[in-house]
Amino acid sequence: MNNLVDLDTPASPALATPLRTSRAYVLPLIVFAIFALVPLSVLWGSQSFILALVTRIMILALAAMSLDLLIGYGAMISFGHAAYVGLGAYSVAILSSHGITDGFIQLAVALGVSLIFALFTGAISLRTKGVYFIMITLAFGQMLFFLGTSLAAYGGDDGLTLASRSMFFASNFLKNDVAMYYVAFGVLLGAYLLLRAIVASRFGRVLRGIRENPVRMEAIGFAPYRYQLTAYVIAGMIAGVSGFLLANQTEFVSPAYTAWQRSGDLIFVLVLGGLGSLHGAIIGAAVFSLLADILSHYTENWALIFGPILILVVLYARGGITGLFGSKS
Amino acid sequence: MTLTLALVQILNGLQFGLILFLIAAGLTLVFGVMDFINLAHGVQYMVGAYLVAAFTAMTGSFVAGLALALPAALIFGLLLEVLIFRHLYDRDHLDQVLATFGVIIFLNQAVKYIWGAAPLNVAIPDALSGAVEITDGMLYPVWRLVIIAVGLAVGLALYLVVNKTKLGMLVRAGASNAAMVSALGVNIRLLFTIVFGVGAMLAGFAGAMVAPILSVEPGMGDNVLILAFVVIVIGGIGSIRGAFIAALLIGLVDTLGRFFAPTLLKLLLDPSAASQTGRAIAPMLIYILMAAVLFFRPSGLFPSKQ
Repeated sequence: MNNLVDLDTPASPALATPLRTSRAYVLPLIVFAIFALVPLSVLWGSQSFILALVTRIMILALAAMSLDLLIGYGAMISFGHAAYVGLGAYSVAILSSHGITDGFIQLAVALGVSLIFALFTGAISLRTKGVYFIMITLAFGQMLFFLGTSLAAYGGDDGLTLASRSMFFASNFLKNDVAMYYVAFGVLLGAYLLLRAIVASRFGRVLRGIRENPVRMEAIGFAPYRYQLTAYVIAGMIAGVSGFLLANQTEFVSPAYTAWQRSGDLIFVLVLGGLGSLHGAIIGAAVFSLLADILSHYTENWALIFGPILILVVLYARGGITGLFGSKS
Repeated sequence: MTLTLALVQILNGLQFGLILFLIAAGLTLVFGVMDFINLAHGVQYMVGAYLVAAFTAMTGSFVAGLALALPAALIFGLLLEVLIFRHLYDRDHLDQVLATFGVIIFLNQAVKYIWGAAPLNVAIPDALSGAVEITDGMLYPVWRLVIIAVGLAVGLALYLVVNKTKLGMLVRAGASNAAMVSALGVNIRLLFTIVFGVGAMLAGFAGAMVAPILSVEPGMGDNVLILAFVVIVIGGIGSIRGAFIAALLIGLVDTLGRFFAPTLLKLLLDPSAASQTGRAIAPMLIYILMAAVLFFRPSGLFPSKQ
């Protein structure tokens, strides 16, 4: 396969343009409305584990959505995105173990560390293309994984339990699971709106142009590298925030968060829900988590069912779940 | 004393590197010829180890177990190719990554289901279970030397096949420009099936060879897979020579790094900090090496494509 083949491949119909019609707003609206109402169900007697499960779904959705900016809109297949979740989570855990429990400081560190790591590794990774890019992002993710396992002072392989969730304004309201839920909800909604704005902006259009044809974009005066690197850093920072939330929700961090299988899960979630739509990542995260949860109730060998589902989705369900709501013209 | 220790570490590094080469050889050719990214190559290694464990237990002899495991690994690899991978060649890399990731999830669980989660042990054949004295007072296990010898022999055989035979010529041509080879009337699908089967068998062979010295457990192929990818990316996709050199490089850097990093850092830091940072840095070395290689040569050391 030479480059010419790649250049002339038409974009998959699933890779959508920004929302134009009012109809296209319906699906994300429904999704967020459901999320907003889930805690009410607890009032009516549903069990509180639902709350924890949906919080985890939203955190997973946040990470997958940031990956959508890379894969769906930028055609940068990062196989090391879980690294940023780990960076965000460890920022909370390490600071907290040193007695710094202020959420704003932890969040700032999580963002800062993600920014630096994304800038540094992105600058190197984006020099490569195609398969080499997949592999080098994978390698950087593994690098962090092994760093995590060797941090003996912070639990090493076994991970680290948080003494408490993050404090905001000297209050530990995050201890309340409903508060935790709505913080995750607010962050997810905020990130969705932010990414939607980014995708619709001039920057987003250039990014999509590079996805379709980098050579042509360069010919008309855009330097792909800078746009891609910027997107890479933004995605990394948002995934870092999801790590911040994950550490708070589970009150535990471990190197397993950055394992390459987690990066694979993120891609699975994204493709399951549908690439290049942002809310596809949210739907994918919900289906992924619910499926894993339900299957694991029935059999401990749920992976025997999960693996083939993944293969079938790839082979037959092109465009993912959002692709089924096909109003694409 | 340190010199003999260093020698032992170098031998360990060589042994590790040659195992990586056995796995990476098939991976790089499959990648090079069909532009197919196969994450499930690592489970082939795991399946090889399990097969040899099962057949050795059945026949009571490692040699007989190995003789049965190799064709079984070959058949298993071809079965996967026909059932799943064949449908993925025309897809983009993202689809290939995901579907083969699904194969990993399934097979890791399947071996756990069949053989249990507890690690299996395989006995080294009696004749090769001893140790030899490589320098005065320094014993080295014979089995590891056998792995080194076998790895080198396979490397040589692959070199001869790829560089001196017609089949090898087609493989090299396929890695450099598959469409052109196909246009010249070569059945590229058949060629690929052969390459795939041999690659799968070599990975299974690697798993079988390390089964006596490592524990055979579910997921054992996952980390090895990543290392094999590091190897083929450093070596240049599609290049056997590159895979060989990169595999030895990775094997030596990883093994020696874990051994020497804490020692070297003691020159700069106080002992406890040195051993801690050394242990933290050592496993990262090969990834740093890979990043450095790709920074200067974005297509690896020996790119086979023009």
